[in-house]
Amino acid sequence: MVRELASVQFDWTLFFHRLFDPTSQFWHGLIITISVAIVAQIVGVLIGGVTVAASRSWRPLRALAFLYVLVFRGTPLIVQVFFLYFGANIFLGFTLFPRELDLLGLQIQGAILAGITALALNEGAYMSEIIRAGIDAVDKGQMESALSIGLTRRRAMYHIVLPQAARTIVPPLGNQFNGMIKATSLLAFIGVTEIFQDAQITYAANFQPVEVLAAVALWYLLLTIGWTLIQMQIERKLGVAHTDTAVPFSRRALGFRMRGET
Amino acid sequence: MNGNGAVLVARDVVKYYGNHQVLCGIDLDVRRGEVVCIMGPSGSGKTTFLRCINHLERIDGGRIEVNGDLVGYRTEPGGKLKEDSDAAIARKRSEIGFVFQRFNLWPNKTVLENIVLGPRLVRHVPRPDAVARAEELLRRVGLAEKRDQYPGRLSGGQQQRVAIARALAMSPALMLFDEPTSALDPETTGEVLDVMVELARGGMTMVCVTHETGFARSVADRIVMMDNGAIVEEGSPEALFTAAQNPRTRDFLARIRH
Repeated sequence: MVRELASVQFDWTLFFHRLFDPTSQFWHGLIITISVAIVAQIVGVLIGGVTVAASRSWRPLRALAFLYVLVFRGTPLIVQVFFLYFGANIFLGFTLFPRELDLLGLQIQGAILAGITALALNEGAYMSEIIRAGIDAVDKGQMESALSIGLTRRRAMYHIVLPQAARTIVPPLGNQFNGMIKATSLLAFIGVTEIFQDAQITYAANFQPVEVLAAVALWYLLLTIGWTLIQMQIERKLGVAHTDTAVPFSRRALGFRMRGET
Repeated sequence: MNGNGAVLVARDVVKYYGNHQVLCGIDLDVRRGEVVCIMGPSGSGKTTFLRCINHLERIDGGRIEVNGDLVGYRTEPGGKLKEDSDAAIARKRSEIGFVFQRFNLWPNKTVLENIVLGPRLVRHVPRPDAVARAEELLRRVGLAEKRDQYPGRLSGGQQQRVAIARALAMSPALMLFDEPTSALDPETTGEVLDVMVELARGGMTMVCVTHETGFARSVADRIVMMDNGAIVEEGSPEALFTAAQNPRTRDFLARIRH
């Protein structure tokens, strides 16, 4: 009788239960969601950096970098996830992503590895554009004065240009990670038991998708808010060193104003 | 080498931007301790030539030697020139100081860090030694008290003096100045010129692209006039300012002296 009522009205008890007192499966899923997002983002940034380097080197590499960015920005992420998980083994002729694999004594689902790979490759394509724009935003004179002192081009990039480019790269990078946290939910479709799949499994059993999805949505919101707070700290650290001009992007976007700022 | 103690030898230097020829065979020798000022109307190729000397620009013909070694190129068997490796070019550049019109200090590093970075990274000087040397250079340019400031807090003239100290920290054999006072207001121009005069008197070999006739007159051993990518006249300041032979030189000097 109670059950019938609940199916037509929003079941607050279930919602709060899912939100504040989740199951152990959920906690396990949360760890997967967070670690997949972090690892994929880090690898994505590295791929982005390598892509920028490639796009400034000799012609064949340049073409390859261009093609990579074109393909991974131009096709849906979910297709890339599916394609890597189901397609990689077929096209490569050997098993790249087995069902289960042992990484230094750590048991990992093959699907998680395939998912991280897809997310990282997709991320790398976007990050390469962000990094390129950040480097281009640094005045050419900075590179030239570093060269004139006797640094090689590579060391000048590392010691002089990149630290300054970081100030322009970090705000959009934060945005990307925000997107990455939510994009991990796509891995539910290749059988990774992260928090979205946990929600799917739950509502498949209790037929109350609205309550379950609302709770998991709030969990994603919690993660992204947490990240935004961290990002603000990072941007403040990067901003204090020299100039006092730009208000960091995220604070502007959120409408925050520090005292004395207009 | 010419055996005359030349620090800089430029022979028939040619440079194109696309189809436009900006340097049409420049010849210039600069002896150790000599101060040469390059003057001429804008677009005459002065700055381009200066940038070629430390290979910030590639050259399309001729050769440039500093201290007897080619800059930016090496000789292939058979006598052809090939662009040198990044590391070799960097090594050569570390012997040549360059002062930019727009200072180009690194804004995220303090004054001290700006000066110390080159000796630390390129010459592997221990930090205490590099800092001591930087402090001495800062005293020389009159900015000892600014060592922990960021460049953004300094005036243009102060920034340029730090830039000069940064270049000197590498103990260069040759200092190149690319219109070092053009971006400054008249009040701060003087303080930069004072430092340059001091440097010239101390025996530094210098090539300065400048419009400062007063400076050229008082410290230059030789003035080189450029026009349309070529040297049209050169001589002592005395000879040039009082009795220029070339009509374009006379015309130019008349205009910059109002």
